[in-house]
Amino acid sequence: MRKIFDFHGGIHPVENKHQSMQVAIRQAGLADELVLPLSQHIGAPAQAIVAVGQHVLKGQVIAEPAGFVSVPCHAPTSGEIVAIEKRKIAHPSGFTAPCIVLRPDGKEQWTDLHPTPDYLAIERHELVDIIRNAGIAGMGGAGFPTAVKLSPKPDTKINTLIINGTECEPYITADDILMRERAMQIVAGAGILAHIVQPDEVLIGVEDNKPEGIAALAAAVAESQAEIEVVTFPTKYPSGGEKQLIEILTGKQVPSGGLPIDVGIVCQNVGSAVAIYDAVVHGKPLISRVTTVTGEAVSERGNFDVLLGTPVSHLLAQAGYEKKRNRRLVMGGPMMGFTLPDTSVPVVKTTNCILAPTEQELPTPPPAQACIRCGMCAEACPASLLPQQLFWFAQGKEFEKLEQHNLFDCIECGACSYVCPSTIPLVQYYRAAKAEIVTLRQDHEKSEQSRLRFEARQERLEQEELEKNAKREARKKAAEARAAQGGADEDPIQAAIDRAKAKKAAQQSDTTKPESEQATLEASIATISKRLATAQEKLDTARTLGSDLVDALQIGVDKTRAKLEAAQLKLQALSDNEKPATTSTPPVDAAQAAIERAMAARKSAEALTPEQKVAAQRDKLQQQLEKATKRLEKSRESGEEEKIITALESTITRLQSKLADLSSAGQDS
Amino acid sequence: MFIELVNQYPLAAALLALVGLGAVFGALLGFAAVRFKTEGDPIADQINQILPQTQCGQCGYPGCRPYAEAIADGDAINKCPPGGETTIAELADLLDVEAPPLDAEHGEEKVKAVAFIREAECIGCTKCIQACPVDAILGAAKQMHTVIAQECTGCDLCLEPCPVDCIDMIPQEETLHTWHWTLPDPLSPKVELIATDASAEQAA
Repeated sequence: MRKIFDFHGGIHPVENKHQSMQVAIRQAGLADELVLPLSQHIGAPAQAIVAVGQHVLKGQVIAEPAGFVSVPCHAPTSGEIVAIEKRKIAHPSGFTAPCIVLRPDGKEQWTDLHPTPDYLAIERHELVDIIRNAGIAGMGGAGFPTAVKLSPKPDTKINTLIINGTECEPYITADDILMRERAMQIVAGAGILAHIVQPDEVLIGVEDNKPEGIAALAAAVAESQAEIEVVTFPTKYPSGGEKQLIEILTGKQVPSGGLPIDVGIVCQNVGSAVAIYDAVVHGKPLISRVTTVTGEAVSERGNFDVLLGTPVSHLLAQAGYEKKRNRRLVMGGPMMGFTLPDTSVPVVKTTNCILAPTEQELPTPPPAQACIRCGMCAEACPASLLPQQLFWFAQGKEFEKLEQHNLFDCIECGACSYVCPSTIPLVQYYRAAKAEIVTLRQDHEKSEQSRLRFEARQERLEQEELEKNAKREARKKAAEARAAQGGADEDPIQAAIDRAKAKKAAQQSDTTKPESEQATLEASIATISKRLATAQEKLDTARTLGSDLVDALQIGVDKTRAKLEAAQLKLQALSDNEKPATTSTPPVDAAQAAIERAMAARKSAEALTPEQKVAAQRDKLQQQLEKATKRLEKSRESGEEEKIITALESTITRLQSKLADLSSAGQDS
Repeated sequence: MFIELVNQYPLAAALLALVGLGAVFGALLGFAAVRFKTEGDPIADQINQILPQTQCGQCGYPGCRPYAEAIADGDAINKCPPGGETTIAELADLLDVEAPPLDAEHGEEKVKAVAFIREAECIGCTKCIQACPVDAILGAAKQMHTVIAQECTGCDLCLEPCPVDCIDMIPQEETLHTWHWTLPDPLSPKVELIATDASAEQAA
């Protein structure tokens, strides 16, 4: 006999399990409509791969997993997809979520299945893939994708595989009935799991309040001759919690914030084991589950094999639900379940129980009173926390202290609230505080992200500003440098040549392209008339609207019209002049001639000796002197103004003196 | 010899001893100040960590960092509407001061919102892009702009420069992912002892 350990705390609520154990599993039948939420598990919601109006077969994949921590969704029966929309789902918030709505055709036509009865022959990772593709997520209530649990890091050694058949919460018997009726499948499923994770030992843990289940399991184990041990231990709530069960069976405690895998343990629910068996050996995906329907407000209490997506209302109708006797409808058990917002919500992969109690059965608790510091909650806490302290901190929103007191180790089992003599809803405080801390963490992450983006932007702007300034500085320097060296050593003749060339080019383009000018004019006329049209249109709308802008617009239109007329006139004139313009003599290249003359003069000047240069200059001066004398005579004859005559006279004297200088210089040299 | 001198001039010896001690510790402190010098302003950094980083400027400073520095220099801690009471409480905790109520002059605490550009009306002027403190608006001149919702801090700074008023601030609705249990009201007669007691009236 194996040594059984105990965990701290725990309570013994009334079990109320017998009510739903009187009859065998019944089929819930086909509902008129199946609503399949895309997110029935923890992790990323699946992505729909069917279209509205599409006909699907039973077991066909209708939504594919989106990421590693995600599972697909299958059609629970054959039929037509009638909608992919947001529907109310089983969630305490009562919110809607994307769902695929399937209308069954009643034919129950299966899609092609690919069973692998000889699972020992295939690779273990292929088995994990089969489990993932079958859409299996933890059936005990949490809904964590099973395949993820079975894919630990390569070097992790698994010591113990635990199949959880504890089902410690009152009223629920879904796992119990599975153990009684499908013990063979559970054992076979455990065998598959053992093959995948290769543990040293395989344990099936069951509370001692399920003797039939234990007997059935023991028989199945004996028959299959598998190395599986069925371990029985005293009934106590919440021994079905993963960490508590591990402590009971192995004496090991999962570290705070850690996972069972950290102590070499993998835990799976019996429901998951059956689903794995079906998926591997029969190739059937997870399309149905066993759900307990119980409580005094239903007459036919018991367990139903129900297709996923079946509305709760359909299931309740099968069980003889009396609405007026029921105060509140609960999904899950009385300790950890939540009140359903509506009976239209569907049964999902994690729905283990629908509880419809009467008011006498599960009375509304009396109002909370002050905490009397009795410490019973701390005695009951299975996670060895200090619920009282946590309560104070949660009330005061002291989140840091809550974390220091390991709030996140709370499994929200409700044992503390159950024992509280002041009926303080302790778990509610913890749930709210946990959620608030998570939200704060997310906000903090976001604000950190914003801060980084803001700082990156500031840096970028600064950088841009610096670059702009540097460029400006560089341009300024370049301009200064140009100004400093510009003009000084430039050849005046070269400059003149450049100027003349530019002028000539301009002239040529002017005279040789009359047609292009015409084209430009035509184009401008087109744009102006277009503008006129829009302006006119605007004016009209403004007039009809009685806008204040009418006058301004009118002026605009007039101006545009005037411009248009002017352009048209110009075009007319141009086309008239076109013929004479084309026949006119080619323009005299005066600039070119002047350049040539200047160049020639320069060349001849360069060729001369200094004496010759002086002689040439003298000749030039003499010529000028003659010219000036002639002019003076002419002016005197015609009796011009005194001013001009005196100016001419002074010019002549200056020229004479220059000539005298030059001749004396020539003699000197 | 030394002891004799000390005995002979007790006052001078005492003075010398004190001055000597002062010099030794002064040197130690001076060395420590140089050796273990902290970069920046650690208090301003911590304050900046607490501020919501919306960079909205409602406090009157151009961003959260400048406001954090101002607080470190003694400015009031209640000028941040996006942070609201939570931020004020955290700041008060950090600085060990009384938590004052939010200064209404700088705005009220609002539901978180995300900017949304009505894309049909956007003329592509890029003015909002230049105004966004966290580069959460994508677009180019004469091209339609759009807001990267995950990066938007809801600071409202893009509303004002928009010439065609095509930006809406859409309050963020509670979704399945953001929903969470609220703290029970201790004064409420409606009691939720455990989860199954939630909203009993709504039950079908």
